[in-house]
Amino acid sequence: MIAWKIGGDQGEGIDSTGDVLATVANRMGYFVYGYKNFSSRIKGGHTNYKVRISPTRVEATTKRTDILVALNQETIDKNFSELDNGLLLADSIFNPVLPDNAKAQLLTLPLTAIAKDLGSVVMRNMVSVGASAALLQMPVEPFVQYVMAKFKRKGPAVVESNRQAVEVGYQRIMDEYGHLLTYRLGEPHPGDRLVINGNDAIALGAIAGGCRLMCGYPITPATDIMESLAKWFPLVGGAVVQMEDELGSITAVIGAGFGGARAMTASSGPGISLMQEAIGLASVAEIPAVIVDTQRGGPSTGMPTKQEQSDLLALLQGGHGDTLRVVLTPGSIEESFEDAVEAFNLAEQFQTPVIIATDLSLSLWQQSVDRSRLNGPAQPIRRGATFSQEDLLALGANVFQRYQFSADGISPRSLPGEANGQYLATGVEHSTNGKVSEDPTNRTKMMDKRLMKLQGVTQVRDGFKYEGPEDPDLILIGIGSTVGVLKEAAKQLGSKVGVAWFRTLSPFPTERVLSVLAPARHILVVEQNALGQLRQMMTIHETTDHRYESLLKYNGVPFLPEEVVTRASALLTPVEVH
Amino acid sequence: MATLQEFRTSEKSWWCPGCGDFGVLAAMQKALVAVGANPASTAIVAGIGCSGKIGNYINSYNIHVTHGRALPAALGLKLANRDLMVLAAGGDGDAYAIGMGHFMHALRRNVNVTYVVMDNHIYGLTKGQTSPTSQEGFKTKTSPKGSLERPIHPLMLAVSAGATFVAQGFSSWQPQLASLIQKGIEHPGFSLINVISPCVTYNKVNTYDWYKQSLQNLDNDPDYVPNDRTKALARLHVTDELVTGLIYQEESTPYEDLIPGFKDTPLVHQNLHVDPNTWNQILSTLE
Ligand SMILES: Cc1ncc(C[n+]2csc(CCOP(=O)(O)OP(=O)(O)O)c2C)c(N)n1
Ligand code: SF4
Ligand SMILES: [Mg+2]
Repeated sequence: MIAWKIGGDQGEGIDSTGDVLATVANRMGYFVYGYKNFSSRIKGGHTNYKVRISPTRVEATTKRTDILVALNQETIDKNFSELDNGLLLADSIFNPVLPDNAKAQLLTLPLTAIAKDLGSVVMRNMVSVGASAALLQMPVEPFVQYVMAKFKRKGPAVVESNRQAVEVGYQRIMDEYGHLLTYRLGEPHPGDRLVINGNDAIALGAIAGGCRLMCGYPITPATDIMESLAKWFPLVGGAVVQMEDELGSITAVIGAGFGGARAMTASSGPGISLMQEAIGLASVAEIPAVIVDTQRGGPSTGMPTKQEQSDLLALLQGGHGDTLRVVLTPGSIEESFEDAVEAFNLAEQFQTPVIIATDLSLSLWQQSVDRSRLNGPAQPIRRGATFSQEDLLALGANVFQRYQFSADGISPRSLPGEANGQYLATGVEHSTNGKVSEDPTNRTKMMDKRLMKLQGVTQVRDGFKYEGPEDPDLILIGIGSTVGVLKEAAKQLGSKVGVAWFRTLSPFPTERVLSVLAPARHILVVEQNALGQLRQMMTIHETTDHRYESLLKYNGVPFLPEEVVTRASALLTPVEVH
Repeated sequence: MATLQEFRTSEKSWWCPGCGDFGVLAAMQKALVAVGANPASTAIVAGIGCSGKIGNYINSYNIHVTHGRALPAALGLKLANRDLMVLAAGGDGDAYAIGMGHFMHALRRNVNVTYVVMDNHIYGLTKGQTSPTSQEGFKTKTSPKGSLERPIHPLMLAVSAGATFVAQGFSSWQPQLASLIQKGIEHPGFSLINVISPCVTYNKVNTYDWYKQSLQNLDNDPDYVPNDRTKALARLHVTDELVTGLIYQEESTPYEDLIPGFKDTPLVHQNLHVDPNTWNQILSTLE
């Protein structure tokens, strides 16, 4: 396993350089994980991109960097401490200086000058790609192939100069520093994999789950979902509408859900706050709606480009009244795909809003994913209970009871267009025929009916997953992108440590949590917020006890496996206090 | 062909006796009959207010949403099932205060939805506060010394925002109002029909008599041709929007016809499974 990192100014192609490296390594049969560290500025400001490359699956970033490519001095100053006897390749154009306490070997190459010689400084990225291939001891051929295909549209001259950029970068490293290269990546594990991020997975899952309408308002880090769907929807006859705000986005989704289409919106904290009133409408009027929250640093504008998991309580209990929603929490990119499909099924089956809660790290950082885990055409579509046109004709006019009571709380619905199925869907409390009612008995029964529906979700979905030994000394509990970090930490901590993660926060999987955690000696809840929101939820549902400890982080930086290992080790071998 | 009776429900009316909204309801039902609508494929999206209750009295598919948000719900519904005849309705507060953002964007988006605003220059449901169309100096419990703000001019706003159909009716002038709503439904795009619908309980200034004396009926002016944005604005300006009739209409292609790859078959009738070829095409963009 190798961690490679490139750093420079934002807007200078750092992203595309990292993407090329990740894509080619993935094609060669390695597993990659790419972590982009960016700021809210469009141009300028330090940015870096770390790619871990490994013969086995990786789903977290790490503290250590083995190879650092620096396009300016700031990159060196901000990142050298990650190098532990690693290599630092710097562009000679800025006269790089290695700090005294750096544990690294400095290599310089005139990256910009080489690019200029070949025709344009823009090609510095491709020189870096070639040089990186050499530093990683990877063959240059696959990189050349990729770059040639990538620039094909731009004509033979551009293809040729970029090919040369890669090859010269590669050759210069081999010639000048070949003797220093000692890394061995290990044998690749060829497979059919794509490098995608969680937002891609959600957009793909939406299409596979039958979603054909996306109404959204741009916001980091959710916008990719709308952009991907804008690209893909024309192929399946769907539509993306860029709305005027999130109030409109969610309400349009509700209108479409009432009409019988599968529709979604995606946003982050600020937009989710605006949607809360309408989420209540969907809940009371029993209308399917799917909402994605890619959490970021809050509250208010907070840290828009930084990782956090601080919307949990708002997602469960935000908005006024006893609002019932399903909240799904994927813990990996593959689970993001599955949950996107499942969200549309649950929304229609249980006629209720379904929120998918991801987070910035899970939604933006790319990873190798088996294509077999993204099998769109094979996904199940469950439409839930409906009255067909035949049923309604048999029923006769003016008798359909849209909200009739039933054993599981679910009332079959009609869809606009169907004769005899007309009814009023309203956010006002209503009786079984949809008409407004403030009758106390009816109110209680209607609230109970809606509550009861949620229990059904527990039966069709395992809301709490566990991987680890049967008699763990310690169980690490996480959510979202933290799950990948915990899995890596658990590997380092040895065979007595397990990892558990939530797949559903609402309805809360109380029984499963209690049974999974019963054998654990210690429990560490790891989450990225200041209030310990996940642990609070667990306490509300009476699943916590003296074994619980929290590890919180809310500085905007994703958890590193090393941090979890440190804290967990302290728990497992407590220091004796005299 | 459905009859008037078929568009009625058994629900007892909630409005105060004499409320203008009765007239709006009656005209809407007449227009639905006139265009040959049928209850099962008609959908009414209403906001919150006295006006928002209109859906309760029309036999059709009805969705009664949050305050100010009828238009986005109507957009979503129309895109879900473009075979439906979708009407939206609500009050002046719903449309021009809390829902103003959606209003402006619905005008420029031009989805095929008919919007009937029941304008009484007051907040009825919350028992008589100033509304965005209340006249300057209008006294209510929230503006005891008279409203300090200038009123919104929704028709001029609509014409200048790029609307393709703008009309105003009066709840007491049934034939004209029904015909305007009918034309709005038939218009292939977004149509705004602002309806003067007096509130007899809380608005003692803008009464039926006041309107009958103040309103100018464009139908009586053979020189007015509603196909010129500038002339429409000029007429609205000189009359302070106290006109009824068709104010502006242009040829229009509805939003749903412009969406790339969007099919004539409503979304709700399409197969939700993605076929393997299309799927591979989608995945190939990620390779
Ligand atoms: C978010 C929100 N804010 C406030 C209200 C209270 N409210 C209900 S109706 C209304 C105004 C109604 O006025 P208008 O839209 O003109 O309708 P009218 O009753 O006059 O027909 C208000 C402020 C609400 N329901 N929701
Ligand atoms: S309060 Fe005014 S608007 Fe409301 S029902 Fe009564 S008359 Fe009509
Ligand atoms: Mg009003």
